[in-house]
Amino acid sequence: MRSTARRWSYGVKGAPYAHPSPTTTLKRARSAPYLFLLPAVLLFALFFALPIGYAVWLSFRKVKVSGLGLGSGARNEVWAGLENYTDALSDSELLHGTLRVLGYGCIVVPVMLGLALLFALMLDSEKVRLAPVTRLAIFLPYAIPGVVAALLWGFLYLPDVSPFYFVLDRLGMPQPDLLDGGPLFVALSNIAVWGGTGFNMIVIYTSLQAIPAEVYEAAKLDGATPLQIALRIKIPMVSPSLVLTFFFSIIATLQVFNEPTTLKPLTNSVSTTWSPLMKVHRDAFGEGDIYGAAAQAVIIAFATLLLSFGFLRAANRRQKQEAAR
Amino acid sequence: MSSLAVPRTEPVADSTPGTAQDRPPLRRRIALIPTVTLLLGALYCLLPVAWVVIAATKSGRELFSTFTFLPGTGFAGNIRDLDAYRDGVYWQWMGNSALYAGLGALLSTCVSAISGYALAIYRFRGRETLFNVLLAGVLMPPVILAVPQYLLLAKADLTDSYLSVLLPQILFPYGVYLARIYAAAAVPADVIEAGRMDGASEWRIFTRIALPMMIPGMVTVFLFQFVAIWNNFLLPYIMLSDDEKFPITLGLFTLLEQGANTPALYTLVITGALLAVFPLVVLFLVIQRFWSLDLLSGAVKS
Repeated sequence: MRSTARRWSYGVKGAPYAHPSPTTTLKRARSAPYLFLLPAVLLFALFFALPIGYAVWLSFRKVKVSGLGLGSGARNEVWAGLENYTDALSDSELLHGTLRVLGYGCIVVPVMLGLALLFALMLDSEKVRLAPVTRLAIFLPYAIPGVVAALLWGFLYLPDVSPFYFVLDRLGMPQPDLLDGGPLFVALSNIAVWGGTGFNMIVIYTSLQAIPAEVYEAAKLDGATPLQIALRIKIPMVSPSLVLTFFFSIIATLQVFNEPTTLKPLTNSVSTTWSPLMKVHRDAFGEGDIYGAAAQAVIIAFATLLLSFGFLRAANRRQKQEAAR
Repeated sequence: MSSLAVPRTEPVADSTPGTAQDRPPLRRRIALIPTVTLLLGALYCLLPVAWVVIAATKSGRELFSTFTFLPGTGFAGNIRDLDAYRDGVYWQWMGNSALYAGLGALLSTCVSAISGYALAIYRFRGRETLFNVLLAGVLMPPVILAVPQYLLLAKADLTDSYLSVLLPQILFPYGVYLARIYAAAAVPADVIEAGRMDGASEWRIFTRIALPMMIPGMVTVFLFQFVAIWNNFLLPYIMLSDDEKFPITLGLFTLLEQGANTPALYTLVITGALLAVFPLVVLFLVIQRFWSLDLLSGAVKS
């Protein structure tokens, strides 16, 4: 490091060494980015593009069993056309899984982002005490693996060990089964809310901190209350980060897999096809139907991409409208 | 406990003018509603953690018979049982997680750094296309990737190996995204130009000049990727069958699955969960000193 530094200063002052001609510098700089991006491109090709392409290919294939299905050559992979897709789209289990996840998302996303925004605003308010400690505590669940979080909450939902049931019991109140029916949605949503609120809070809080102080001072001179400042100034000014967290929360919700899978051993109400991704997993590895699973996977990926692009376009259009105003 | 916002004063990406520090000094009054709200939030977030700390001190009998938040007497016994379970396979899982997450995040941070740097500094053909294609990787649901990844790695005879869990996780599109934003903010173009004038190679400029400037941001990227790999469940769940290679998430899951039939294993699951949470919490407390919130806000603003 030191020798390099010395060489530069020589170079800058007296220019005693032959400088590379501008053209060689340019050429070098031209190939450099491609070389620098080579590892990422290779990894992308191998572990993203190739698997996606392979999944699409598999989704159009099926196994044809000839005769009794015995002996080599009795099971052949053949072209299936859109058969796997029509099967997937008419599959009621996949539909129900999608509906379950939509219901789950309708609880998780508003509650999680609402809490994240609330905590971020509270952290940002004046004269608040214990902000650093509480901020760290609320962020802590981010460090805890989803599986472990689901496992901890799972135990808190079990009547035999749960403090909630203990308290309800002492108060002589009815004890709902948290791991069944409607309450199961709440129980699962709670795990996601618990795990995700802190991260979203930090994102929103950070953009709150970037709002210039003068804006508040002007509002205060006009006699705005803290609540008015929060509603009329702070929330509109952090709306870009709210949009971003909303977007990522939706994507994460659609892909829910770990939490219901972890709760499965604790209750009979979580089926192996509770969420669409769980069904893909079961079909591919439980049933060995990789072709059908691939078709479902492609449909889910396509729906996710469609939703994402649609959402991003809508967000962009709104931003442009606002800029034009 | 230092605050998460500490790096605001550190020389990270240019800080926005007029942040909290410029506001008028607080009067010595407590804002009751915000403080209480935050305390309730903290209580909610700490509840399961407090529960696992206490539950881990209970013996199997105490777990089902004593009040939940009353400490038990079985902590040492639980640790002994966990240690004895299948000749200490638990420690093997912890070691595996450390290996997957440590080595994986290190490699992945290197790839992110160099890709992010290239995307931020150079103007070249196909830059935005390449970037967008890489970013689209974020949107791919993990199962969609994992199923064909499994089949392809099976063809290469690599499934059920350490590599099958390590390799697919090296490229993190989100890490590349963060590194690009960070490099654009932290590495001035004239410094690179000066390096070129002195005849340093592009590689040398990256490793000797740009990389040191990018270190604070790369610590954040490392942290993100470490947590992402440590928390990953699906990929090892699909790739591995030999439980000696399991990471801790998968190990605890299989323990819980068996525990459904033998409740005696519940205490092992609980103690194991506590010990599994511990390293990450410590890592968090240590690393939050380097944690750059400006990076996150930069990510949001751009």
